[in-house]
Amino acid sequence: MPDSDFIRLEEVEKVFEVRKRTGFMKRERREVRAVDSLSFSVARGEMVGYIGPNGAGKSTTIKMLTGILTPSGGRLRVAGIDPSRERTRLAQRIGVVFGQRTTLWWDLPLIDSYRLAHRMYRIPEARYRENLARCVELLELGDLLDVPVRQLSLGQRMRGDIAAALLHDPEVLYLDEPTIGLDVVSKAKVRGFLRELNAERGTTVLLTTHDLQDIEQLCSRVMVIDHGRLMYDGPLAGLHEAGESERTLVVDLERELPPVEVPGARVVRVEGPRQSLAFPAGQSAAPLVAHLAARYPLVDLSVREPDIEAVIAKMYAEKAVS
Amino acid sequence: MLAGVRAYGMIAGMWVRSTMAYRASFAMTTFGNFAATFFDFVTIMLMFLRVRALGGYTLAEVAFLYGLSAVSFGLADLAIGSMDRLGRRVRDGTLDTLLVRPVPVLAQVAADRFALRRLGRVVQGSLVLGWALTRVEIDWTPSKLLLMPVTVASGCAIFCAVFVAGAAFQFVAQDASEVQNAFTYGGTTLLQYPPTVFAKELVRGVTFVLPLAFVNWLPATYVLGRPYPLDLPRWVAFTPPLVAAGCCALAGLAWRAGLRSYRSTGS
Repeated sequence: MPDSDFIRLEEVEKVFEVRKRTGFMKRERREVRAVDSLSFSVARGEMVGYIGPNGAGKSTTIKMLTGILTPSGGRLRVAGIDPSRERTRLAQRIGVVFGQRTTLWWDLPLIDSYRLAHRMYRIPEARYRENLARCVELLELGDLLDVPVRQLSLGQRMRGDIAAALLHDPEVLYLDEPTIGLDVVSKAKVRGFLRELNAERGTTVLLTTHDLQDIEQLCSRVMVIDHGRLMYDGPLAGLHEAGESERTLVVDLERELPPVEVPGARVVRVEGPRQSLAFPAGQSAAPLVAHLAARYPLVDLSVREPDIEAVIAKMYAEKAVS
Repeated sequence: MLAGVRAYGMIAGMWVRSTMAYRASFAMTTFGNFAATFFDFVTIMLMFLRVRALGGYTLAEVAFLYGLSAVSFGLADLAIGSMDRLGRRVRDGTLDTLLVRPVPVLAQVAADRFALRRLGRVVQGSLVLGWALTRVEIDWTPSKLLLMPVTVASGCAIFCAVFVAGAAFQFVAQDASEVQNAFTYGGTTLLQYPPTVFAKELVRGVTFVLPLAFVNWLPATYVLGRPYPLDLPRWVAFTPPLVAAGCCALAGLAWRAGLRSYRSTGS
């Protein structure tokens, strides 16, 4: 297995049969294609964002990559292993974090989950200590080790979960919505830790998210999936181009003025002294700000990022036209 | 198999250690468990204030049946009684977290929330069985003596098989834990009474369909030297180990089928 094909999917599909009750003793069968001839490769050490609307097939893909679900068709390999056939062997080499549910033992102190992982994954003593110490330090878990998991806040629990997924030195880390529901500080901690993990240990990371900033700060590559199909695979900048997405510069002027004139941006809304300007997402805001500051009485300004749904929606609109 | 036993030991051990952190609470809940099952037997004793025999069985003989059933069931319940939570795990999706660990799922589900307090039932059953053994008149032979531990072990295995099969069924029907309880808790209550008080159809059912009769009825009637309501050869009393092995094999297959269906549907 070459390093460039560390994770490899060829024409993978997953079809669910949904049975709906349509009357007394009557059932209607319907097939749902959650994943439809999906093909991609991820190289060792890559950090890839996997995004798409709800129900697009993200979680189903992750579940197939971890061996939880068996694909209905196609070929799938992770580190040369067929996940559905050798689930427990693969488990030694992967780490999984589900944002919505914990892999920690709910009623027991956090440290118990780690002790159990130590023995379950047969982690050598020295390695375990080193990894635990590192995670405790970087994820700031020191005060939480003796706290039962159910008493942890969402952000604390997420950090605890990430540590649990990394004690056995996995080569691949899957993260399903790792920053969902976290506050700004917790998000920053989690992102910083993941970046370092990827840079220092060369851990391959595949993360699904709704948060475009996760991708922006972590991933050089992004894959967009919808209706079980891969819609885009490339750098984030290209996604913005593909979707012609725009950032918004919101400026507060000293008083109400007619729409400002700035090259490279257009005014999309005027609300009293507040004006909103749209400009291409790939472009820097600095020259716009400089231009505005030189000519207009500015009080305050802020930049708003495009959200992922809007980018993807726009991408579809383009596709439909072309 | 070995990996499963090892994982079971690790997880159960962790729960025991965490329980032992609160010794007073453990002592109280264990006593509570003991007391609750004790009243179970008190009911039977009260019945005997009114009648001298139940289906032709004396109080000591009923206690003998009761003890065998309670100890077998108690051990099974202690070992894997938490398995009826599987349906909930399937529903809320936490089963997925067990599937990404490098040890068998069955071991993880069986050892989850291992509760040592369930020893209360085993202790109570043992006391009743011990008392019964001092009171009943048995012509002990070596084969009857040997049959006693074999019966308890086989009975425990049969109940374990019912727990596993019931859990496997919850992969398909997630709210089926009550159905399972009917067979486990219901089954052990049924076995506490002599087979002679029940209708023949029911006795046939628990002999040939869901073979709970092999937990205590068949070996106990042999040991007590009483006729079994169905016309079966005497040697059937010695078949519980075979029946238990068959039940466990079937339950294992059911579990694998259940897990496979979960992994293909994800719900």
